Amino acid sequence: MFQIRIHGRGGQGVVTATEMLSVAAFEEGRHAQAFPSFGSERTGAPVVAFCRIDDKEIRLREPIMEPDALIIQDPTLLHQINVFAGLKPDGYVLLNSHHDFEALGLGDLVRDRGRQRMCTLPATELGLKHIGRPIPNVPLIAGFAALSDIIKLESVIKAINEKFSGKVAEGNIAAATEAYNLVKEQMKEHANA
Amino acid sequence: MLKQTEGSKAVAEAIALCRPEVICAYPISPQTHIVEALGEMVKAGELAPCEFINVESEFAAMSVAIGSSAAGARSYTATASQGLLFMVEAVYNASGLGLPIVMTVANRAIGAPINIWNDHSDSLSQRDSGWMQLFAETNQEAVDLHIQAFRLAEELSMPVMVCMDGFILTHAFERVDIPSQEQVDAYLPPFDPRQVLDPKEPMSIGAMVGPEAFMEVKYLAHAKQMQALELIPQLAAEFKQQFGRDSGGLVRTYRAEDAETMIVAMGSVLGTIKDVVDDMREQGHKVGVLGIVSYRPFPLAQVREALVNCKRFLVLEKSLAVGMGGIVATDVRMAVSGTGLKGFTAIAGLGGRAIPKASLHKLFLEAEQENLEPVTFLDLDWDAVNKQLERERQNRHSGPIAENILYDKGISSAAKFG
Repeated sequence: MFQIRIHGRGGQGVVTATEMLSVAAFEEGRHAQAFPSFGSERTGAPVVAFCRIDDKEIRLREPIMEPDALIIQDPTLLHQINVFAGLKPDGYVLLNSHHDFEALGLGDLVRDRGRQRMCTLPATELGLKHIGRPIPNVPLIAGFAALSDIIKLESVIKAINEKFSGKVAEGNIAAATEAYNLVKEQMKEHANA
Repeated sequence: MLKQTEGSKAVAEAIALCRPEVICAYPISPQTHIVEALGEMVKAGELAPCEFINVESEFAAMSVAIGSSAAGARSYTATASQGLLFMVEAVYNASGLGLPIVMTVANRAIGAPINIWNDHSDSLSQRDSGWMQLFAETNQEAVDLHIQAFRLAEELSMPVMVCMDGFILTHAFERVDIPSQEQVDAYLPPFDPRQVLDPKEPMSIGAMVGPEAFMEVKYLAHAKQMQALELIPQLAAEFKQQFGRDSGGLVRTYRAEDAETMIVAMGSVLGTIKDVVDDMREQGHKVGVLGIVSYRPFPLAQVREALVNCKRFLVLEKSLAVGMGGIVATDVRMAVSGTGLKGFTAIAGLGGRAIPKASLHKLFLEAEQENLEPVTFLDLDWDAVNKQLERERQNRHSGPIAENILYDKGISSAAKFG
């Protein structure tokens, strides 16, 4: 079973991101379970949502305490809560920022974990560029697909088409595709470094 | 059709397939997405003929359902928590009048302290209301139980609550097989009411009944639930034949054949329990599971049969009878009375407290060793409890408990007393 935890703020589409991840996994014939942390969500308040992916039925209902992957939609959360709590030693980290980890004061984390499974992505900028709104969720799940290869970009695109239509779907697909390619390039650089 | 969807959305689609003619509801978390989706379907003309009635309260919702059901319309509503409490007088009237309303309860805790998260306090508070209560383990089962619920309600002319864990199921996206309209039509015939208000043939429903007949009417309500003990397994068997899925029934066991320790529970926590039991079985522990689907009527004989061969059992429940202990556990103990079986109760998950695998694993090992108090409160923060008790010993004016606990846990800047 692969477990993903997404941290963000109310209004950033955190819950939608996990739901779309689960739809993408379902499109690949896998079992998936997405659920929010069930707070009284308010715009701007910290929000956590979860997604499990497996090849068999998922019965477990506990919150994800030891994730295989973290997606952090808002870097300002780094100063507010311990988003890395419970992350597995070989876990993936995808962080929404146009800075690298060192510039965000996370140099130690990179040193401890290595770069192979860590990436930053300017997802808010991609949202603004392609969708016209600062919503980072879709670029981030496409970036996660590139980082982990747990799901395919085409499945993310299927999930986008299920959720949106017309121009909004087109914009999201463009954002997802650019995000995917940016992360793949970064991973290549990390591998060659 | 197999799809990846939200529990609430799946239930709304299942309800629409049951062709309700009146839906009346007042929104309350975590039930809201269900009635929102149904409202959209009615407005878009996808669900017709059906009248969606916006009401001003839950009391009105159940009152409208009573009226529409008495007029011969298949009637549906949904609620949770304080909403269920607010409609209670009408809830008893619906069952007392024998009206086959189906209601989803998206299970949520009852305040105070106000809390929107999941436990089973709301529907269990209506234990003796005369409504049948079926508990779903997954969103698939929630879908399937609603389809069975209309059959059950209308065959007996008694109302049914389908209980699904708020947020944990209602807000979870998972794989659900939504049946076709043809399948549901073949299983669920049009509503043919036993009693109906019709201006062409005037009669009354709801007479005042004095001491000379009240007990008979009440006994007949009980007799109907006893009939339901026969009917529920039949409906589940017929459902399996038609839809190819095991859903519903009175109880279900898991890895129980040679189990020495049995874990008894209701609702979605059964999934986590089964995962823990698989892990423990791998380590050689003889642990099994009894899931109760039908809480009312309570299947005494089936619970007894499922437990009689074990050595001990633990009832894990998301409810608390303050001043007593377990609510479900009391019924389970009655089912096994005279067997000498050792029984334990664990109160877990109140107000949405997470029920982690690790805590269950430890608890089940303690149950296996019979090293438990009669009533255990899973993952209770004893430091916080003892601090407040000490505060109350020290200071007559110890202040509001909830605010004190929040302060002690550093959760809010609530005023600290003492």
